[in-house]
This record gives sequence, C-alpha cells and structure tokens, in this order.
Amino acid sequence: MTGAAVIRLPQAGAHAAPASQAAQARRPAGSVRFQGLGKTYVSSAGEVQALQGINLDIEPGEIFGIIGRSGAGKSSLLRSINRLERPSEGRVLVDGEDIAGLGEAELIRLRRRIGMIFQHFNLLAAKTVRENVALPLRIAGVPQDEARARVAEVLRLVGLEGKEDTYPSRLSGGQKQRVGIARALVMRPEILLCDEATSALDPETTLSILRLLRDINRRLGLTIVLITHEMSVIREICHRVVVLEHGRIAETGPVWQVFAQPQHAATQALLAPLTRALPEDLSARLRDRAEPGDWQVIELPFTGEAAPDLAVLAQGVRLVQAQVDPIDGHAVGRLVLLAPPELDPASLSPNARRLGHVATND
Amino acid sequence: MSPQMIDRLIGAFLDTLLMVSASAGIALLAGIPLAVFLVTSGPGGFFPAPRLNRALGALVNGFRAVPFIVLLVALIPFTRLVTGTTIGVWAAVVPLSISATPFFARIAEVSLREVDPGLVEAAQSIGASRWHIVRHVLLPEALPGIIGGFTITVVSMIGASAMAGAVGAGGLGDVAIRYGYQRFDTTVMVAVIVILVALVSVVQVTGDRAVRRLRAR
Repeated sequence: MTGAAVIRLPQAGAHAAPASQAAQARRPAGSVRFQGLGKTYVSSAGEVQALQGINLDIEPGEIFGIIGRSGAGKSSLLRSINRLERPSEGRVLVDGEDIAGLGEAELIRLRRRIGMIFQHFNLLAAKTVRENVALPLRIAGVPQDEARARVAEVLRLVGLEGKEDTYPSRLSGGQKQRVGIARALVMRPEILLCDEATSALDPETTLSILRLLRDINRRLGLTIVLITHEMSVIREICHRVVVLEHGRIAETGPVWQVFAQPQHAATQALLAPLTRALPEDLSARLRDRAEPGDWQVIELPFTGEAAPDLAVLAQGVRLVQAQVDPIDGHAVGRLVLLAPPELDPASLSPNARRLGHVATND
Repeated sequence: MSPQMIDRLIGAFLDTLLMVSASAGIALLAGIPLAVFLVTSGPGGFFPAPRLNRALGALVNGFRAVPFIVLLVALIPFTRLVTGTTIGVWAAVVPLSISATPFFARIAEVSLREVDPGLVEAAQSIGASRWHIVRHVLLPEALPGIIGGFTITVVSMIGASAMAGAVGAGGLGDVAIRYGYQRFDTTVMVAVIVILVALVSVVQVTGDRAVRRLRAR
C-alpha cells in the first residue's frame, strides 16, 4: 500500500469497525474457524468432493460473504457451521469449540445461538407470523409472556408490526424474508447464517433486506455469514469475502480488495456482470498499432489505493467512461481516458494501462 | 315400507355409523403414528431404523393386498381373541380397522413426505428436536393432505362395512342383501342406496370443506 493516495469516502467510518462496536455491545462471541475442512459426497456417479482444504476465520461481528458459482460448495460450507451438514474431514470451531463432537442436546443448544434464513424463506404455512416467530421460543420452553414480548420486539425490528396474525401465504417475498429474519433473531443468536437470502427477491426488495441485515449487524453486533452468487450482494454489505471454486478457496480478503484486484479467474467471472464494458463504438474502432495521429485509450484502475491525482486529466486528456464505487470506504473502479499520442500512460499512474489506439477527428 | 322395515333401516344405519366411526377412530389413532414412523425411519429419515421400516412396510403392503372379505374371515380367530365374539358390530370393527389402518397410513405417508424438506431444515436450524419437528412441522404442514386422505379412508370403509353382514354385524349392507336382494324388495334396496349415497356425500363434503379451510390460510 502506498498509503498517501488512498481515497477515503465520507461513509468510510460507517463500516469501518463493526467488530469493535460489537465488542462493546456484548461479549465478543460469534467467531467461526474452519480448519482443513473437507466434504465428500457419495453419489451414483461416484465420489464428489464438495469442499476441500478450507481454512478460514470469521471474526465476531463481521459480515462475511461466501460467493461462488452453483456447485462451488457454498451451501455445504455454510451448513457446516450449524452442523446441518457434517464435514467429512477437518474441524469447525464456533467460538473456539469444535462442534463435531456435540451430542443431540448440545447441538440443539448450539443451534439456538446460530440463526439461519433461507432463499425460499421456509416458513410454516400452517402457522401465523406470530406463531412462526414464536416457535423457537416455544420449543426452547421460554415462558409465554416473555416470548410474547420478544416476538413483538423482533417483529418491530424487522418492520412487521400489524402482521402478527397473518399467514405467510398472504405476505410478499420481502415480508416473508422479514418473518424469516425475525424467527432467526428471536433467540438472540450471535451468528446469523444467510442462505441465498435475497436470491428469490426483486432488486428493490433485495436492497431493503440487505439494508435490514446491515442494520441488524450494527445494532446487535452479531456475526453474519451469507452465501450468494451475486457480487452485488457482497459489495452492498460484506466486509470480507471468500470466493469458492470447485470446493476450494479461490481467494479471500476484504471486499474492496477483491473487487479492486481480483486475482482468480472465478472472481473475475463473477465480477463481469458488474463491470461496464468499453463503449461499443470505441471498442469497434480500437486497434493495437498506432497509426499517425491516433490517440491512446488508457484505462486507469482505482483499486482503493494508489489512486492517481485527478489533476493529470487536465492536460488535454478526455474522460470517456468512469465507474467508481465506494466499497467499505475505498474507491474501486476505473476511468477510461482518451489521451494524445505523446502522453506516457505511466505519467498518469503506475497502474495506467494502454488499451489501444483510436483515430480521432479532433 | 312397513314401520318395522323403517325401524330396521334406522337400526342398520346406526350400526353402520357405529362400525365405521369406531374403526375410523382406531385407524386414525394407529395410522398417523404408523405413517410418521414409515416416513422418519426410512433411509435419510431422522429416526433411522431401516430394518424395522422395511418390515413394517412389508406388513402394510401385505394387509393392503388382502381383499376385505377375505381378511374378515381370516381374522376371525384374532377377532374372537380381542372381542370375545365373532358376530356383531364390534366383531366387524376389528377387521375393519385392521384393513383401514394400513390404507390410511399409506395415504398419510404420502402427505408427510410432501412436506418441504426446507421446513425440516429450518426447524433444525432453530434448535428443534426430532420430536418437535414431528409435532410442529410434519403433522401441521401435512394436515390438509392427511384430512383429505382420512376422508377417502372413511368413504371406502363405508363401502367395506357393507360386507360386515357376513359376520352378522348388521348394518345397511346386511339389510340390502337380506331384504333387497334375497327377498327382491326393491324399495329397501333403493332406500339403502339413497342412505349410503347421502352418508358418503356428507363425509366427502365435510372433509373437502375442512381441507379447503386449511389450505386457504
């Protein structure tokens, strides 16, 4: 890191220290550690390695994203945290405790500390919103008046007051997921697992659910582990991310870093839908060799660090395309510039890259 | 129709009602646990007992393969053991419930299997024990299908109960055979048919309405 040139955006403080806020609010619980985790399925086609050699630490209070294409092993990894799936090898430690050896009663106690929400919400159709949300308390034997108060409290938190006596079939997708979130939170867990929680929702609802999750993370300081196949979800709320490919870790790191400098082909493929291509008329005219009078097309990546001084753009350089996103307080994106033939791209920034040459009528 | 015949019909109707409701009650009480066991003890279920599961499955299939009239006769020693007699309403209740239980259990099993595995997973994730999952997820979620299946069971039991005349149990079928068929009393025959159709319709409509109410939630 060159340090000095990092562009810090106004929201920088917002996500900066969720873990330390959480630590103040409650004991710092909610860590997950995977050690050499592997999972092998036996199917009719033979053995399938869903996960192998996963070593990963999830810190208390962070929003941790697991992304990968379908079949990459995301779901197995997530479900190993509350032992809905048993790993074939390696260990899962929740708050330092190896969960493989837990008996049935201990496993139930562990699961009460870990909430989970689902892509298809998985609400009980035969129960009202109130009964759905109250079920974990009822099963745990929480006294009725306390249960009532806690259900009201979480329903307020997710913005579903007044829907207590409605059946789930009468709710919209977003409302159903809010019920799911309320049910997951009613036991006051330290970890919330989200299994493609927004994949069945429209973009607007997705955003509102993601905001709710972020809000919950800040207010309650609980750890959120989510899986998704959409990088936009990761960008919206995650602090750190792991990219899985064929059951292995392709790369992992802070979200802004992974977005700024994706190392692995799988990451780049996942990022492709979010990256704007060159304008078509420009890319059609682009050529590798300069002809006399051609201008250069230069790409100036922003990687959250070593961002070039924008003053260089004043020297006869034109802006063709710009996409810069603030991710967790870092600027990530790129500028596409049109520069006169004599300009040295390196004078703009060491990261600047010439994409090609193009004839210009100027 | 003579007043005696009307009395006879009313008595037969009550006998049928008693036979069917007693056997249906037994089939309900025995069939649901049997269905739950068949679903949860199979491979991948959460009370795995594959051997017992296979054995019970075979037993259920065996009883379902035997025609009721044969079962009625074959079970006579067992019936005597249980009720102390082989004639009358209660002697018919034994084979009727033994034949209806596996039938109903299989239908209930299908409904239980149709419960979304995601709901079971969600229940596990909130710390539900296996018993809680049966009690709060499987049974309530499968209830509309179970009630629909119970309706079918009761209707087919009304039909089967007509054969119970063979062990002297009385009931509408017995009257229809003895008076309507053997004595060529067409009026009695028609009356029995009308009563049976009405009875079956009431059962079916009640069942359908209950299912619709549950599904409308």
